[in-house]
Amino acid sequence: MKPIISVEGLGKSYTIRHEGQTRYKSLREEIFKLPKRLLCRGAQSQEEFWALKDVNFDIMPGDRVGIIGRNGAGKSTLLKLLSRITEPTKGRITMRGRVASLLEVGTGFHAELTGRENIYLNGAILGMTRAEVRRKFDEIVDFAGVEKFLDTPVKRYSSGMYVRLAFAVAANLEPEILIVDEVLAVGDAEFQKKCLGKMEEVSKGQGRTVLFVSHNMAAVQQLCGRALLMKEGTVVADGAVPSLLQMYLQKEDGVRKELSFGFIIIERMFIDSKKLSVDEDFEVVLEYRRKSGKEFGFCLEFSDMFGNSCFITISPFYDKNSGVIKCKIKSGMLNNGVFWLGLSSYGRDFSDTMTHKNIMRIEIADGVRCREQYWGTYAGLSRPAIEWT
Amino acid sequence: MAHELVIEAGRAERQYWKDLWRYRELFLILTWRDVAVQYKQTVVGILWAVLRPLLTMAAFTFVFAKVAKLPSEGVAPYPLMVFVAMLPWQMFATAISAIANSLVANSNLVSKVYFPRIIVPAATVGVAVVDFVISFVLLALMMVFYQYMPPIQVLAVLPLTLLAALVALGPGLILCALNVTYRDFRIIVPFITQFGLYLSPVGFSSGIVPEKWRLLYECNPMVGVIDGFRWAVLGSMDCPVRALSISVGCAIALLFCGIRTFRKTERTFADVI
Repeated sequence: MKPIISVEGLGKSYTIRHEGQTRYKSLREEIFKLPKRLLCRGAQSQEEFWALKDVNFDIMPGDRVGIIGRNGAGKSTLLKLLSRITEPTKGRITMRGRVASLLEVGTGFHAELTGRENIYLNGAILGMTRAEVRRKFDEIVDFAGVEKFLDTPVKRYSSGMYVRLAFAVAANLEPEILIVDEVLAVGDAEFQKKCLGKMEEVSKGQGRTVLFVSHNMAAVQQLCGRALLMKEGTVVADGAVPSLLQMYLQKEDGVRKELSFGFIIIERMFIDSKKLSVDEDFEVVLEYRRKSGKEFGFCLEFSDMFGNSCFITISPFYDKNSGVIKCKIKSGMLNNGVFWLGLSSYGRDFSDTMTHKNIMRIEIADGVRCREQYWGTYAGLSRPAIEWT
Repeated sequence: MAHELVIEAGRAERQYWKDLWRYRELFLILTWRDVAVQYKQTVVGILWAVLRPLLTMAAFTFVFAKVAKLPSEGVAPYPLMVFVAMLPWQMFATAISAIANSLVANSNLVSKVYFPRIIVPAATVGVAVVDFVISFVLLALMMVFYQYMPPIQVLAVLPLTLLAALVALGPGLILCALNVTYRDFRIIVPFITQFGLYLSPVGFSSGIVPEKWRLLYECNPMVGVIDGFRWAVLGSMDCPVRALSISVGCAIALLFCGIRTFRKTERTFADVI
């Protein structure tokens, strides 16, 4: 059997401009820069950035493939190329079947139009013919559960109804290949279960090929038989889901060296743990050296990407000239996401306080445990295991 | 397997026209959407399509006929002469500004789904055509009011309308493609339509342009279209053969350039929009 999708040597580069940091080019800017550009051609501060480099894989009909990787690994770019939104810079993709891609729920929905009108509009945008939509209409309405509001403009819908209707249209497409990007992060738990169920039905039941990008490991585990692990624009591993999840959860090497806190020098600071996920404990290790002989302590702060503090933890006092301190953070103290570590040190009498903010970035992966039947995101900065009786 | 599709750098060309045919329903639905949405949540709704040319006509009749005392064409009443010219001009102006903004206004579609991008600007012409048809009904009523009998060549209105749409589509596509990268064009387009209104014989008869400047004047492709309309609907002048051939030539050349520019830049739309 021929693969339904084969990707050979695929690459996509973007040009990053370093001067004139505006997102939109303006004509005036271009005209003023023209003489400069003509005079010093080589000196232009443009940089090529390869969002994808040399990606190769084959997908057989009926495969359900999860694409996993951290933020910026190139997952979305790959999906954009596969769904023909943008053109590759290098390489080729061969597809043998009709593709429907769902990169966003409700693309092209128009707020002023009614639910009924939007079903036809969205269907056409996703590549369905009017006859097809008409045939599927009842099924779509049924799946979304919006019968009563069919003739209400969607701007009056609740966000849940909106998402349900949008997914319902997409779910009733009949493509040979379905490409889905992180759409399960919306809607309530019940609906997410329904979506996942529908995707399972589409793939397992009807033998369609599904490509699924998600940060939600539990959903990937449930839905996919195979996964591609991406990192920095390339596919670093391709295989069965469980082993790839292990690899994905493994932390990256991040070691801070030589941080000065006045009379204390941190020689090395790193995270000691194989994996960083909501399910695992991890240790922050500090190797220090002291310059003057007074007692001292540390304060470790975790904050989110926006600088909001999640929690701090204060050490006991130490009185050695050098040594290794370990701070064990229990699983669930931090929710999945990106966090920054800050460190302060001070003397016994809280004198000579010195703080370094944002000295280490960690990314906590989503866990599989404590999910049960919930596929959505967990709100909050922490996800502690709470006992319920 | 249904069909094999190969995606490679610079290869999109081959499937393009086939895809365009496959997505013809999207074209219809987008046109319908733009028409349906145009006058939602307005009090007088579709009446705006009537009011706009009517008010402009009143102003022009006042300024050009009463204040400047310009002559009308033959026996045609001045308001009627202005209104007949207003129709193709309004269509051209609405179409070109809608086309120029179309991709940016639909950027969510462009960056999230694939379809031949040319469908978006082409579909926006629909709104202008619908407005045109409504105004045309008003024109008929006005002609009844003035008891003005249209000549036999009134049927030429159909190809003339098509010509006006094509004159808008060609430059519109160029502006549309440029607008994706350079948002300056969003600001430039209103100027084009504003100046164009005075450069074209909308408020006055092209008969007042001196003979020696005539050829230069006719290089504006809308001159042929507007004079054509006056010839067809009012019969107040001879068929402007030279001006019309210039218009047709311009329309074809501009359309060709427009499609080429659009196709050339199309593949980067999703990256820069």
